[in-house]
Amino acid sequence: MVKVYTSSVIDAPADRVWAHIRDFNGLPNWVPPVADSRIEGGVPSDKVGCIRNFNLKDGGNLREQLLALSDYDFSVTYNILVSPMGVQNYLATLKLTPITDGDRTFAEWTAEFDCEPGREQELVDEIGNGVFQAAFDNLKRQLGR
Amino acid sequence: MPKVYRSTVIDAPIETVWALLRDFNSHEAWHPAVAQSRIEGARASDQVGAVRSFRLASGAQLREQLLKLSDRDHSFTYCILDSPIPLVGYVATVRLRRVTDGNRTFWDWRSSFAVPPGLEPVLERLVGEEIYEAGFASVRARLSGGAIPGKGREEAAGTLPRPVLRATPRAIRCHAVVIDRYGEADVLQRRETQVPPPAAGEVRLRQTAIGVNFIDVNVRAGRYPQFPAPLIPGVEAVGEVVDVGEGVVGVLPGDRVGYVCLPPGAYVQYRNLPAERLVLIPEQVSDEVAAAVLLKGMTAEYLLRRAHRVRRGDRVLVHSAAGATGLLLCQWAKHLGAVVIGTVGSEEKARVARESGCDYPIVYTREDFVQRVSEITSGRGVDVAYDAVGKDTLLRSFDALARRGHLVSFGQSSGAPEPIDIGLLTSKSARISRPAVFHYTADPAELKASAGAVFDLLQRGVLSPHITRRAPLSDAARIHRELESRATTGAAVLLPG
Repeated sequence: MVKVYTSSVIDAPADRVWAHIRDFNGLPNWVPPVADSRIEGGVPSDKVGCIRNFNLKDGGNLREQLLALSDYDFSVTYNILVSPMGVQNYLATLKLTPITDGDRTFAEWTAEFDCEPGREQELVDEIGNGVFQAAFDNLKRQLGR
Repeated sequence: MPKVYRSTVIDAPIETVWALLRDFNSHEAWHPAVAQSRIEGARASDQVGAVRSFRLASGAQLREQLLKLSDRDHSFTYCILDSPIPLVGYVATVRLRRVTDGNRTFWDWRSSFAVPPGLEPVLERLVGEEIYEAGFASVRARLSGGAIPGKGREEAAGTLPRPVLRATPRAIRCHAVVIDRYGEADVLQRRETQVPPPAAGEVRLRQTAIGVNFIDVNVRAGRYPQFPAPLIPGVEAVGEVVDVGEGVVGVLPGDRVGYVCLPPGAYVQYRNLPAERLVLIPEQVSDEVAAAVLLKGMTAEYLLRRAHRVRRGDRVLVHSAAGATGLLLCQWAKHLGAVVIGTVGSEEKARVARESGCDYPIVYTREDFVQRVSEITSGRGVDVAYDAVGKDTLLRSFDALARRGHLVSFGQSSGAPEPIDIGLLTSKSARISRPAVFHYTADPAELKASAGAVFDLLQRGVLSPHITRRAPLSDAARIHRELESRATTGAAVLLPG
């Protein structure tokens, strides 16, 4: 099982960052590689179990299912049903924690998955840097003081 | 039920911050509100259940107990046992998380407690600001060069310069076991002491385990006049680096290291040492095992491979074969393919030695070992005899040698041997050596190679530690008496609480 852990600090209060990322259908607003997104079946995007179907700017298509959402802990957990990346049993959690010192946000994004042997480093890099850290850097630009 | 939560980001890697915080007694060194602190009893400061008893700068005296510690999650939980401040049922948790973006550390500190009605605001402020936030600021200043919180360091994602870790200006108050004059075991006294910041080229260690060696007994008894009393005995210990002096490279705070060196001074909680004397302890070797095996293992290494080169089929004699060094010599010599003959003081010790690879343990109180060696070797004698007993055995060890054999006298637990007439050697064309481990490990490259060989064989299971006694540092006198009684087998380790 490959594990990815990426964490960062965003110079904005945690409830504000949470409001910005809470929408399971909102990836195009803050994750750079994502072009567009819709929730299958037209259900609300905070109904646990809903599936987001989205396309990447480079053309790939993904379907991911919402497994857990917490406004109390500022966290969301989801898995991948379909993707072009060649990963199996992919499970991820995104969580925010307030940094009281400076009223900032500590953001953590973890993922674990299986893949073909030899592809581990490539995928860790693509996901950890290309998606997670790129998204955090984007949040800093959008929300940071 | 008030709850207090504070969190911050420290500009230093999580390993560094954790190394500092996981020591339950370290708050004395970094928290401005804490004047003095010690761990009660014989517990180590990372031993769950340890109680820290401390005095605040305001004069208040408190006791707190460590309830939970996790090196995996970088967190610990503790509670207040006694306090003049009415924080009832106070339980707090410290937790670190890695910030991969910039190799920094997120730290949160939370607690819940009950207070008398009306006192919530003032006590929440006391805990949140004077304890938690003040603690954050102090650790930040100590570890990250005084960065100011919330001031836009986040832009330079991934390009933050690595912080320079400077020695804290504070001396660390701790205790040591000293002797004011040479004598019997009762001259060993516990004393409070201070360890200043490390000088250039030095490193300050928080010691976690101290190896006890017979040289400690000899130093204490005055057999080494080049080390005049008053002094602190001990030549071997393992610990964690607290901070480093100027110019030290390759060793960082948080590193687990061990050392073997003169002059004596290891029976302490904290110590400053030249960085080049340190060896890194591999992850799979615990502090106690390292302290029990480092000096004795390196002794076996140089005796079997450098002072004499033991080859497959050689006949080797080891005195005190059930002693801590003796057992390692048996294990290693067997590994090299030698026939191992050992002398021991009892049947029980013979059993212990046999289990460690001694092929022929001889109970010297019942049999004449020279005659027995002759029987075992069909009259030939041994190729090498390792003798750390000295006075009682040395000339007889010579008698047990084969022609062109080598007598290696590497200690004198029974006292200094009589002078030997060089003419004696001619009858067998024999050799005599009188080596000391410090000459075989003074060169940093040789030190590293010797320690490396010891750890390698430890991890392969060829060498196994026989730690038979663990005691708090303040019990050093008892450990010395036991060692001198010759009733013991295996190694003793002292634990600086």
